Parts: sequence; structure tokens; C-alpha cells
Amino acid sequence: MSLLNPSIVPRKTYVLVWVALLLLLLANWGIAQLKLGPFNPVFSLGIAFIQMMLMLLFLMHVRYSTALTRVFVAAGFIWFVIMVVLSMNDYLTRGSVPGQMGNSWIHEHPTAPPVNLPKP
Amino acid sequence: MAEAHEALAEQFEEMPQQTEASLLGMWTFLATEILFFGAMFLGYIVYRSTYPEAFAEAGRHTLILYGSVNTAILLTSSFTMSLAIDSAQRGRNRPLLGFLLLTILLGCGFLLVKGLEYSEDIHEHLVPGAHFTKELSAPGQMFWVLYWIMTGVHSLHLIIGVGVLAVVAWMAWGGKFSEYYHNPVLISGLYWHFVDVIWVWLYAFIYLINRH
Repeated sequence: MSLLNPSIVPRKTYVLVWVALLLLLLANWGIAQLKLGPFNPVFSLGIAFIQMMLMLLFLMHVRYSTALTRVFVAAGFIWFVIMVVLSMNDYLTRGSVPGQMGNSWIHEHPTAPPVNLPKP
Repeated sequence: MAEAHEALAEQFEEMPQQTEASLLGMWTFLATEILFFGAMFLGYIVYRSTYPEAFAEAGRHTLILYGSVNTAILLTSSFTMSLAIDSAQRGRNRPLLGFLLLTILLGCGFLLVKGLEYSEDIHEHLVPGAHFTKELSAPGQMFWVLYWIMTGVHSLHLIIGVGVLAVVAWMAWGGKFSEYYHNPVLISGLYWHFVDVIWVWLYAFIYLINRH
């Protein structure tokens, strides 16, 4: 750390993060070979999340950033989460209301707009 | 410090303030990029939650070896990019140029492996359209539509990243950077790392979660 460049990170940190990222990649690849049913996506996406956090915090210096920058970083991800949660709130609950057809948005419901999937 | 005064834009009091403004601007741009890629990830999530079996079947046709090698290449390129930033912050111009060129080389390596993978995908009739493989259903074809769009747009970002780093390397060659001024290195580094973060998620979504 110097007065001119407060965000100089010890090189050892970069090396450790790099090694951790590669080990996590190896773990992710290995776990994908096992049959864990619903836990496969949980592990895959969980490891991807840890890798992302390592990169954000240390390589992209969020850990050493000002509060204002952190707010901007968080905003992008928060808006993404809102988009996914609200959208899936719609898709996953269709058909759960009594009297409604299940998954009416796909194609079996005549009044639903057709989904134009190309035929194989 | 004559060059230092030259680099400081007139609206800023001092260099740390200018750097802070540059980083904030870059993060604002990256937030729009999160939503740009986010829309595609959302599309993927909607289709996969609707057709889990078809996506599992289609996902097994992806070539995990290419994807894994490419992930390792990109993670390593992020490491060399960080060392380039470190060299810039310490005012060491030659290592800065070297690490920038190494990062560019790794980026090109990624694109080369991706090209080999694409040619094998084409050979296996995994391009959606009239000649799409008969083994997969229509929702399975949707997986491959998303595969080509998402990895294609990501590769486009990487090509742009290589171009940006080439310009920054050119500036480093011309001795434009010092311990005092190296904002372009920081900004392009953020972009490079971001493209890497996107790939880590693509790797999990496309190559891993549909294996079983």
C-alpha cells in the first residue's frame, strides 16, 4: 500500500486467489461427474458464486473500494436478482391458482399465445 | 511531474479523485452489462425450469473438456491481468507491458479453443435450424439456441477485450503510464475480469448443471 495507490494489493493475494480459483474449477468439474441429482446444480452454481466473489472482492478490488463504488457494484447485481425473482415468481406459479390451467404459457392452452419453437 | 499534470483532467482536483471517477463510471457500465447478460441468463432459467429433461439431454452434448480448459485459460488470464495492474500501480512499465501481452495471448488462446469447439459442434449438427440433429427435441434445440447466443456474445466481448488491451499495451509501450497515472489499465482490467466472471457462470450453466 502506498499513499498514491491505496489499492495496491500484496502479490501473494493474487497468487492465492488464482490457485483457489483453479482448485474450485477442478472441484466443480469433479463434482459434475458424480450423480447427485438435484444437488448437482446446487454445487455447480454455488462454486461459481464463490469464484465470482473471489474475483469481485480481490481481483476487481471491491474489497478495497470506497463505499460509493460498492453501492454501484451491488446495484447491478441487485437489479438482476429482482429481475429473476419477479419473472420466476410468474412462471413458476402459473397453474397453481385453482381453476387455471397448468403452465398455460407453453402451448397446450388454446388461448395462450403460441410459443414458436422451431421443429426439429 | 510534468506528464502527471498532463494526465490530470482539468475538472479534477487531484489524480485519486480522477481515478475514483473513472472506476465509478466503469462500474456503471458494468452494471448495464450485468443486465445485458442477465436477460439471457433469465431466458435460460425460464426454459430450463420448463423443460428440465430436454435441457439435460441437450446439455450432455456439450464438450466439457473444451469448456474446462477454456475456464482454466480465462482464470489464468485474470491472474496475469491483476499482475499487469499491480505493475502499473508500482510504476513498473516493462512488467506491465509483458503481463498485458501475456493476457492478450491467453485471450487469443481462449478464442482458439472456442473455435475448435464450435467447429466440432457444427460437425455434430448442433447448430439450430434445418440441419439440426434429429436426436434432440424442440426444447433441446432451444438449449442450443441459447448456447450459441450466450457463448457467441461472450466471445464477442472477449474479442473487444483483446482489442482494448492491445490499445492499452500500445500506450504502455509509448510510456504513457506511471505510478501516478494508469487509469486505462485499471478500467480495462475491470472489463477483462468482468468478462471472466460471466464465463464462470456460463461454464456452470452450460457445461455442468445438465450433466445428470
